Amino acid sequence: MKAITLKNRTGSGLNHKPQRWKVFKNQKYLYLMSIPFVIWVFVFQYLPLWGWTMAFQNYKPGKSFFEQKWVGLEHFQMLFRDDHFYLVLRNTLAMSVMGLVAGFVFPVLFALLLNEVRVQAMKRFVQTVSYLPHFVSWVVAAGIVTKMLSTDGGAVNAVLMSLNLIDEPIQFMSKGHLFWGLVTVADVWKETGWNAIIYLAAISGIGPELYEAARVDGASRLKQIWHITLPGIRSTIIVLLIMSIGHLVGIGFEKQFLLGNHMVKDYSEVLDLYALNYGLSMGRYSFGTAINIFNSMISLILLFVANGMFKKFANESIM
Amino acid sequence: MGAADSASTLRTKRSRAASRSLQDWIFDTIVYLLIGIITIVTLYPFLNVLAISFNDSVDTVRGGVTIYPRKFTLENYKQIFSYSSLLTGFKISVYRTLAGTVAGLVSGSMVAYTLARTDFQGRKFISTFLAITMYVSGGLIPGFILIKNLDMINTFAVYILPGLVSAFNIFVIRSFIDGLPFALQESAKIDGANDFTIYWRIILPLCKPALATVALFLAVGQWNSWFDTYLYNGSNDALTTLQYELMKVLQSTTTNANNMRGGNMTELMAQVSPDSVKMAITIVATVPILVVYPFLQKYFVKGMTLGAVKS
Repeated sequence: MKAITLKNRTGSGLNHKPQRWKVFKNQKYLYLMSIPFVIWVFVFQYLPLWGWTMAFQNYKPGKSFFEQKWVGLEHFQMLFRDDHFYLVLRNTLAMSVMGLVAGFVFPVLFALLLNEVRVQAMKRFVQTVSYLPHFVSWVVAAGIVTKMLSTDGGAVNAVLMSLNLIDEPIQFMSKGHLFWGLVTVADVWKETGWNAIIYLAAISGIGPELYEAARVDGASRLKQIWHITLPGIRSTIIVLLIMSIGHLVGIGFEKQFLLGNHMVKDYSEVLDLYALNYGLSMGRYSFGTAINIFNSMISLILLFVANGMFKKFANESIM
Repeated sequence: MGAADSASTLRTKRSRAASRSLQDWIFDTIVYLLIGIITIVTLYPFLNVLAISFNDSVDTVRGGVTIYPRKFTLENYKQIFSYSSLLTGFKISVYRTLAGTVAGLVSGSMVAYTLARTDFQGRKFISTFLAITMYVSGGLIPGFILIKNLDMINTFAVYILPGLVSAFNIFVIRSFIDGLPFALQESAKIDGANDFTIYWRIILPLCKPALATVALFLAVGQWNSWFDTYLYNGSNDALTTLQYELMKVLQSTTTNANNMRGGNMTELMAQVSPDSVKMAITIVATVPILVVYPFLQKYFVKGMTLGAVKS
């Protein structure tokens, strides 16, 4: 069956070659409106992929591509022999996984909670407030987090002191082992409201008659959440979870750059920062590119894993 | 028997209803308590920063300012507007936000329209070509080398051009156009309008909700970005942005005037600028976005949902 349709298609393709040209001429405006931007994307998004060849050379700026010295996998060998690389990899994976779990659990909980607020005006107000941190830059957010956690008059220390949970202020910003948690909490503070948008939209799509029926049967509100709301957004949760697995290593480095300092370096440095500090800043472009490639490869593998999982769950592909 | 039975069910129903209302009351209390805590945790830091920015800088050092200024003053704001690097930064940030938003809207909507045309031959190829960029990127250093080879370091263009075409924004607009009635285009075609005219005259005006969403994404992205300044234009005082200047001022406290970053001017400023002044800069860097987003809320909520479903 498939073979036949395929054959038909190629057959008709051959027959209609002049017609294709005619369609092309008819659609010249559509081509004019899109091709320049396709070239644009090629230059700014695809040419950097060509730049991956740098990882296999001793890249020197100013020389042409053919004058570069090729060194094979030398930079990758250097990377895998570097003890610091494993530290950075550990940090990247730890913060990615923590971010994934927290970034998945909290928006769902927040959406469920907000859905239980019956006063509409209050619900709208809280939702608007919850988006607020999403719109500020990480520069501002990091400044705010640093301020709240500071030892002289920071709100967090003040609250903990007044509750008698601690005797003296904790130096949050200079404790390495606290850094992963700190980044995760900062991320939750900034993005939970925003990430709950889709769940709230999914919840509003659940038919009210289901709740009506459950109430007649005497189900408590907690039971309604468990048996109606959660199953109602189950597929949304799965899709978003799988998508975030695909983007797991692409956690970025803004937070780590802005919240980190030399005292917590062993916990704050992630792959991109490693490429920045040990590649770009030192002019070791080839070594830095090798790090970038390693990072991209992990994300791609995770993306394919996620896509495979998605297919299995939904019989549908993301890509 | 029937009557007794119904009476007993009525009784159990009543007691059930009573216990349920108690349960509801407990449930509601917990919900509102949690919502209250979340609201305070989200809002308090902003109010605190705002209060400190209006508080006398010497008085701030005593600590304990919460959500209202103890000694009100406008001095901090006066002071930051006398720093020339901040003024330039503010100007450059406004320029890049305007230019980046307009350029991104025009290019994004144009491509989106062609992709929404089911009869367009190049549709499938271009869609795939764009979608790939959402998942694969060359990375930091190949990107840097490209910009360097294109001679775009120390230019304003580096803020606008590299990110001009965004696959995500295009897909958001396209899925909106997909929902418009096709008959509109058909009738225009019969009237002899070409594809560009249809896009410009018919599609664009109808796309306002989607365009508002994307404009917000673009504007927020432009206004908030600092890393491109750090990477490409950090040494050029005439091209640095507000967020970058703020970054330098804020970072200098935590790293104690880390001499790696920034010029002498900002370093000096950071050493002499007290907390109140830093908070005033933070407010200036935050407020423009915050006054806009609540009004666009209904658009971006829809846009986010559409975009997520499609991609």
